[in-house]
Amino acid sequence: MGKIVYEKSKGLTDTPLHYCPGCLHGVVHKLIAECLVELDILDKTIGVAPVGCAVFSYRYFNCDMHEAAHGRAPAVATGIKRALPDSVVFTYQGDGDLASIGTGDIVHVAHRGEKITTIFINNAIYGMTGGQMAPTTLPGQKTTTSPYGRDPAHCGMPYRVSEMLATIPSAAYITRVSVYDIPHIVRAKAAIKKAFQMQIEGKGFSLVEVLSTCPTNWGLTPIESISWLKENMEPYYPLGVYKDVSASEGGN
Amino acid sequence: MGKKILMKGNEAVAEAAIRANCRFFFGYPITPQNEIPEYMSRELPKRGGVYLQAEAEFAAINMIYGAAGSGARVMTSSSSPGISLMAEGISYIIGAQLPCVLVNMVRGGPGLGNIAPAQSDYNQAVKGTTHGDVHLIVLAPSSIQEAVDLMYDAFDLADLYRNPVLVLGDGMIGQMMEPVEFKEATNKKLPPKTWAATGTRNSPDGKRRIINSLFMEPEDLESLNLALQKKYKEVVEKEVRYELYKMDSKLDVIFTAYGTTSRIVKYVIKKLEEEGIHAGLIRPITLWPFPQQIIGEYASNSSAKAFVSVEMSSGQMVEDVRLSVNGKKPVYFYGRTGGIVPEPKEIISYVKSIL
Repeated sequence: MGKIVYEKSKGLTDTPLHYCPGCLHGVVHKLIAECLVELDILDKTIGVAPVGCAVFSYRYFNCDMHEAAHGRAPAVATGIKRALPDSVVFTYQGDGDLASIGTGDIVHVAHRGEKITTIFINNAIYGMTGGQMAPTTLPGQKTTTSPYGRDPAHCGMPYRVSEMLATIPSAAYITRVSVYDIPHIVRAKAAIKKAFQMQIEGKGFSLVEVLSTCPTNWGLTPIESISWLKENMEPYYPLGVYKDVSASEGGN
Repeated sequence: MGKKILMKGNEAVAEAAIRANCRFFFGYPITPQNEIPEYMSRELPKRGGVYLQAEAEFAAINMIYGAAGSGARVMTSSSSPGISLMAEGISYIIGAQLPCVLVNMVRGGPGLGNIAPAQSDYNQAVKGTTHGDVHLIVLAPSSIQEAVDLMYDAFDLADLYRNPVLVLGDGMIGQMMEPVEFKEATNKKLPPKTWAATGTRNSPDGKRRIINSLFMEPEDLESLNLALQKKYKEVVEKEVRYELYKMDSKLDVIFTAYGTTSRIVKYVIKKLEEEGIHAGLIRPITLWPFPQQIIGEYASNSSAKAFVSVEMSSGQMVEDVRLSVNGKKPVYFYGRTGGIVPEPKEIISYVKSIL
């Protein structure tokens, strides 16, 4: 027998993922699971699942999980963390959940400096409900509720969550990454790990926005979706660190 | 028992909650219940607890959901419009079978209404708080002392049945001052919260916990509903509470009233007695489960000519009284709304008009 060079993270259950082919949720799930195991916090972590494609993520993360109402994951996470301050708490939310119905929740969880971590999957569309327009949908982008393309004169321009949250004083770490190729996956994992470390060190609220794809509702193949993300989403939602209180403290 | 002290209803409710070992409060300001969060923000940090002001009622109830799922003894308080905003979260808490205590110091409605006492949220509390086939256990105090006593029971009932318990007061109960005496915590033997999600390192069986109200398979969701209904049947069998006042004499009329209104009715009964009209009162303390059986028994066996339900609403509890009386006697209704507390003389004159 040869040496094992790769195996599925113990941070994930054996339940098969329900996500569509080419969807990047699975990649992000894996990165979170690996970080929880590598930081040795899996057994004290409580995750909060959203309403959206990741609604069943409580089946996949191999830790205690709490399924929240649409947009309310940060409030649920607040209740958990305040009741169990020694635990590690994260929310996993899409852009419909976080940037539309849950805008107030995410702003105030950052505003209070709750010591939780949010992984925010931005793919510029509602996935689970079948491809409706999100606040993050790009101008001209066709969805089932913007069939002629999003018209900014009708419903405004998409807003940038990370940039907005970075203006909030008690936010500790806000960064935008993507997972469309190996170098970006490596960087995304480092960001997710850092976000959890910031929580463990009690620095405050941390959020990692992950630019992602939705081949099914974008009407593109997985490979075309990655090209579309790079050509359309990345210019509007630039990758980078928007807030890092550890940097100003002379840390990494 | 401690000594009697004069306290405002809202503050007494908050103190009773802390003495009942509630250590977590999440809420949002709304009149006429603000003294509850204010008291909690002052006292909980000193007594090993956590007070947190949410950005909105819908956030507060979801903080409750999170803390309750973590095994905390937790509560919130609000007033009518705020409870409407909490409705969605309450359904998730019931679906996930979690305990918590809610207090509604009811104000006049609809809409922004006003901040005066009302009982216009009876139907909301008892029949239609939220979506799904669910119930809250609803306790309705008629004095500050009773509000205090019921707070202890509210937490125990919530833990016992793993269901939210609503204490339904009104602006009068919240704002009025009365002498109260606090008992020690009941320390009732309750089932351990082995279902709580506190991290697998704390799990008694090493398995992970999922706090959830989503069941995609119809059979699974029906199983949850059957479990809820089984629990509710037990609540109906065991937890009905009511007070009988002057129900022992030869009765001409039977009043039904709860909370603030019941106190006015008691005065009315004394006044009617002076005029030779014999009246009694059945006062529901649990609005759900409703004391249907005792009302039904009096409807069958009493000499009373009629029932009269007196409420600060347009006639909500009266529907449950009619169901309980089941056509055996006429059921009349007298109510005022908009924050008007009915005067004894108007109730007396109404009763005379129907007898």
